[in-house]
Amino acid sequence: MADQSQNKAVQTTGHAWDGDLQEFNNPLPSWWLWAFYASIAFAAIYWVLYPAWPVGDTYTKGVMTTTFKDSKGNEVTTGWNTRAEFIKDMQSGDEALKQQAYLKKVSAASYAEIAADPDMTAFAQSMAKVLFADNCAACHGVGGTPATIGNYPNLRDDSWLWGGTIDRINDTIRNGHLGYMPPFKNVLSKTQIEQLASYVLSLSGHQVDAAKAKAGDALFHGDEAGCHYCHTNSGKGLHSQGSANLTDQIWTVADVPDAPTPEAKLAAVEHVIQSGIQRRMPAWQGRLNSDQIKLLTVYVHGLGGGQ
Amino acid sequence: MSQSEENQLYAARQSIFPRSVKGRFRHLKTGVLTLAYGVYFLLPWLRWQRESGPDQAVLFDLAGRKFYIFDLVVYPQDIFWLAGVLMIFAYLLFFVTGIAGRVFCGYFCFQTLWTDVFIFIERLVQGERPARIRLEKQAWNGEKLLKIGLTHVLWLGMAFITGLTFVMYWDNAPELVGDFFTGKAPFAAYATTLFLTTTTYVMAGIAREQVCTYMCPYARFQSVMFDRDTLIVSYDAKRGEGDKGRSKLGRELKTREARAEAGVGDCIDCGYCVQVCPTGIDIRNGLQIQCISCALCIDACDTIMDSMGWERGLVSYSSQRVEEGGRKARLLRPKVLGYAAVLLVAISLLVWSVGNQAPFDMTVSQVRQPIFVRLSDGRIENSYEIKLNNKTGHTLDLSFSIRGLENAKLDMEFQKINLRPEQRLRVTARIKADPKVRDGRTHPVELVATPGGDSSLPPLSHETVFYVPKG
Repeated sequence: MADQSQNKAVQTTGHAWDGDLQEFNNPLPSWWLWAFYASIAFAAIYWVLYPAWPVGDTYTKGVMTTTFKDSKGNEVTTGWNTRAEFIKDMQSGDEALKQQAYLKKVSAASYAEIAADPDMTAFAQSMAKVLFADNCAACHGVGGTPATIGNYPNLRDDSWLWGGTIDRINDTIRNGHLGYMPPFKNVLSKTQIEQLASYVLSLSGHQVDAAKAKAGDALFHGDEAGCHYCHTNSGKGLHSQGSANLTDQIWTVADVPDAPTPEAKLAAVEHVIQSGIQRRMPAWQGRLNSDQIKLLTVYVHGLGGGQ
Repeated sequence: MSQSEENQLYAARQSIFPRSVKGRFRHLKTGVLTLAYGVYFLLPWLRWQRESGPDQAVLFDLAGRKFYIFDLVVYPQDIFWLAGVLMIFAYLLFFVTGIAGRVFCGYFCFQTLWTDVFIFIERLVQGERPARIRLEKQAWNGEKLLKIGLTHVLWLGMAFITGLTFVMYWDNAPELVGDFFTGKAPFAAYATTLFLTTTTYVMAGIAREQVCTYMCPYARFQSVMFDRDTLIVSYDAKRGEGDKGRSKLGRELKTREARAEAGVGDCIDCGYCVQVCPTGIDIRNGLQIQCISCALCIDACDTIMDSMGWERGLVSYSSQRVEEGGRKARLLRPKVLGYAAVLLVAISLLVWSVGNQAPFDMTVSQVRQPIFVRLSDGRIENSYEIKLNNKTGHTLDLSFSIRGLENAKLDMEFQKINLRPEQRLRVTARIKADPKVRDGRTHPVELVATPGGDSSLPPLSHETVFYVPKG
């Protein structure tokens, strides 16, 4: 300590306690101080430009503004905020404008023209993938295939309840559908339902009791059960009714493929005949614009079994 | 005592005014400088004919995600080449450092080259070393203001051309230069030019040797590549100092014989080697971290020795081993051979990879959501996303087929695809199969794209898998 106090090169604060107790004066480096002053100046400028101070239940908005269009097309000017900046960027950013221009081209093209052009198809599919995930995937699954066979049709297979042509798919998305099959548990006896189920399974080539299937055949085509009205005489169904084709290997309600034994397969079909089906696809017209529905039509048609 | 005036951690920089020198190493350095500047400043203007793409010989097109280097086009998938190039540069540096010390620093480093040019500008405006020292010491007047001001203006001009030239590598050069001066160039071009103008001005004009001494990581870690055989610029102390040290040319000490008799060495203490040093050190104090091995002190000393009529080599390239009286430096040392081996492997791999760049590439990834679909006739379908990239200069007519899966059929949205030059495309493919055994396993399948028409390219195949569910 004595050494230090004698060293004239080192500054002290100039006070002495207890005779010789002194304190070194080590000021902050000047670069640090200037950086500190600069950040204070920066903060002051920031307060003027951007939202900053809470005042009561509101806050200072700052003089910077963001202008964007709301959903009705009116110009809205708000104080600067990142959410508005994002909306603005999605409306008038460079990439957004490029996307809008290409969307216009796809929107003006016919379905045949889109299908013939790999670039337009790729564009429609990548845009529709997002729309599908936002609007359709909740029921139909992210890839167009629901997790289990049951409530919602698989859009990737080649079987279509309401038709798989471009026009039919577009109509389905636009207007929605109500799918209905009445329950038969109060109309038919247990034996009759078992006979019907045997016949239905035989249509798609499953091994069943021939006698029961024969009785079921009569029920199917008779008036008591009346299945042929919707499912047609051949069992192939009608797109206009949304009635299922019973002769193919696709099952949209009864989980026949995953049932382990013939008895379980039979029980699955019996359950559907007993309880009937009531399901609904909502109409998207009004919720999505016609460009969006067009893109979704191309996407769903391209998912698998488009006709 | 924690701090004292003599023991400060920070030393204020002493201005350095290097004197010019002539000699073989100066000629070599000027040659390297001319070549490097010629390539750097003229390359963006060189035009090049391609089947498709821009007509600039070297163009790094970030927006188009393609690097054009003469006849080579580098795509994002080839980015690992960059790793190869960086590795080769690193090992080349290690290799050269192992053999010959800091030759990169002395002859090739852009800090050295640009500093050299900036010193040249300084000398052009302000004159030789004594004139520059006098100018610095004199009070501010019209002459000083004019000379110092002109120097900085020229430095800024040089720095600006440097920055602008760098930007030209990233866009069509003639068009960009026109846009640049009419205010139409992209923001990034202005920002980059401003940044590089500033850094060049600061590094080559103001910071100079401090960059090498304090900022450069290589200067710090190169010592681990040094050994007793590495070439260094060194002063032959035994010859220079004699028994009684160096001495100026006095009345009695004009000849070697007289000096030898008096016990003084060959160094006449003229100070020329110190004056020419761009980092301001005295090589006679031995190997120092500031020394960038530019060899200008060798030229300086050789000039003096020539004029004295004494043999050259008082300051020369040497090694620690030679200095200590050992034999001549060994070049082929295990470390150097090791660097050479790695270098050779890296170069061969890069050359092989560039030589075997696929003319068009295809990646196939299986769609996982869902992994399979049952079809109405009982068959199983898997979907695949194919990404295509045409790197040839002409349109490819591609047709697709599959190999290696029984009872399978390929179903594509587009049976034939015309892939334009440099086009990238994503298409969906479906494979429908009727496997006899439903085993819940994946089976290998190969997707083949065959270029048709007059193309002589071989088919490209990509292995993927087909999943068959149980039951």
